[in-house]
Amino acid sequence: MSTNGKPKIAFFDFTSCEGCQLTVVDSLQTHPELLQAVEIVQFREAMTEKGEDYLVAFIEGSCTRESDEARLRKIREQAAIVVALGACAHLGGVNALKYLHPMDDVRRYVYGDQAEDYETYDVRPIEAVIPVDFAIPGCPIDRNEFVAVVKALLLGKKPPIPDYPLCVECKLKENTCLYFKGSVCLGPVTRAGCDAICPTYGQSCEACRGFISSPNDTSMRNLLAEHGLTVEDITTRYTMFTTYQVRERLMQKEAER
Amino acid sequence: MSKRIEVHHITRVEGHGNIVVEVADGQLKDCRFEVTETPRFFESMLRGRPYTEASHITSRICGICATGHATASLRASERALGVEPSEQTRLLRKLTFHGEILDSHVLHVYMLVAPDFLGVGSVIPLASSHPEVVLRALRMKKLAGDICAVVAGRHTHPIAMAVGGFTHFPKISELEDLRSRLEASRADVEATVELCASLPWPRFERDTEYVSLTKPDEYAFIDGEIITSDGARLPLERYQEVTNEHLVKHSSAKHTRHQRDSYMVGALARFNNNYAQLHPWAKKAATTLGLKPKVTNTYLNTAAQVVEIVHCVEDAIQVIDALLERGVQPEPLAPVKRMPGEGVGVCEVPRGMLIHHYWIGEDGRLTGANCIIPTNQNLANLEGDFRARVPQIVDKPLDAMRLDLEMLVRAYDPCISCSVHVLEVKFD
Repeated sequence: MSTNGKPKIAFFDFTSCEGCQLTVVDSLQTHPELLQAVEIVQFREAMTEKGEDYLVAFIEGSCTRESDEARLRKIREQAAIVVALGACAHLGGVNALKYLHPMDDVRRYVYGDQAEDYETYDVRPIEAVIPVDFAIPGCPIDRNEFVAVVKALLLGKKPPIPDYPLCVECKLKENTCLYFKGSVCLGPVTRAGCDAICPTYGQSCEACRGFISSPNDTSMRNLLAEHGLTVEDITTRYTMFTTYQVRERLMQKEAER
Repeated sequence: MSKRIEVHHITRVEGHGNIVVEVADGQLKDCRFEVTETPRFFESMLRGRPYTEASHITSRICGICATGHATASLRASERALGVEPSEQTRLLRKLTFHGEILDSHVLHVYMLVAPDFLGVGSVIPLASSHPEVVLRALRMKKLAGDICAVVAGRHTHPIAMAVGGFTHFPKISELEDLRSRLEASRADVEATVELCASLPWPRFERDTEYVSLTKPDEYAFIDGEIITSDGARLPLERYQEVTNEHLVKHSSAKHTRHQRDSYMVGALARFNNNYAQLHPWAKKAATTLGLKPKVTNTYLNTAAQVVEIVHCVEDAIQVIDALLERGVQPEPLAPVKRMPGEGVGVCEVPRGMLIHHYWIGEDGRLTGANCIIPTNQNLANLEGDFRARVPQIVDKPLDAMRLDLEMLVRAYDPCISCSVHVLEVKFD
């Protein structure tokens, strides 16, 4: 707590587009009272001041190089609560698409002969480096969910992140199921909480919020196959935001064998 | 007299960069803008992905110009596959594009630049000292974001934009509501021009080559030809003759050059090259701000953004009128005419010319991609400005010098996360 009684919070960014922090800024348009409830001590994208004394750390972005790990550990040491902000921090997000090509090839395609000069390694979500207390899923995060999480934290409660599939919200929105429109969608296995925004705007869900804790994976894959997707197509569908999770699961299966 | 200025991770810009300036015996020894952003690798990652995903993946390059990346991406795919978007699609894209330009420019003018002039470190203290200014900024940003939300679901990252058209269509009532809010925002726009006119902009002149898109019939944001203030004019496919991307040892992001050592893209370049096509009220605002092409004071890029705020509000109203007049019909995506293919898509995003170049294989998956970001194109020019500016301010106290150079960086409104398809360089 600071002298004015407001909890101090800080924002940090790693490999990301910074769209989640911009969504935080946008949440002030509808919830300016947030600024009265907390004291922001660090937010590089928006402010020059830099305080190192904070209670809650919101971290956007994935860890993509070894030198990021020390910075993450320092944040963990200071913060009582660490919140992963958005898909890159929560899941690895689009950054993990790198795994679909050999690392050396990924580097040389962009940097040619000078690839060796640049530091990078396997992408990982924040949780793979330091313990994370909560995650606000999504690419980008949902503005209202961010506000709800901050409120819950201020009240000392567990943030309300759903663990049921997106289809529940999509039905409540009375959307026509994309499978009836000749399209496919990852709604049946994806964590809800975004108000099914992509299907509502005519696009299939790509699981940017990650999978629910007990997805019926076999059934999902069968459904995609029934709708004409090849094994390669299914892999593509499963990997836009969740390559890291799919890869972890494969490695786990491999280990069990 | 020796001075060394190091600003590590300059604040109030998008992404991570450092300013390093060394002065010894009153002489500038070294100045550079180091990009320390982490690797992104989007071009590598696009390979093997279906063209239908490309705009969704590349919008994730940047949270601020997500719609711009999506649009450049869609145009690259469409030109590769012979897809002809409808007039309705063109109008809707233009409208959401205006929303993004407004959002980004308002963010930059009010939240990133204004604190420098008001002697504070961020917009947050302004909420109590200048509440009307902050509320105005939030109001304008909300309107801009709502334009994008009505057309494409949200600003970061747009949902309903697809190769060949849209997957969702705004209701007439939503467009009418936006129209009346845009009209009502004219008072805020006017106040923004007044605020900008009242700020003591640093005096600094350095002529450079200004590069932008141009179109015969409108102030160009999407498609057109590439034009430069030195007289070059090229079709989009020949972008590489202008950009000449190259690696520079001291910088982590690729630099570009055309006929001089550097060139500049962004609002000031568009203003200088396409002034004639600005809305009359935007021209009036330019007069109020003392801007007349060609403007060679880099700090005034922010003022050129204010001129574009006026233009985009007025043009958005005209686009909505055109949509209301013809009505908005749900329509299927325009068909793909050929596969495989190669295509170049170019847009003027808030920070300047953005290029996506795709190669799409027979199976509809990308086989190659090249993205050239405005901030990359400006890096060499920014350092040219540093070299010209430092001798002019070298007698100032260190803090004043530092602030001046930070303001120079911010004038470009750099978007460093975007610029990094090259990554951290280790300095000796």
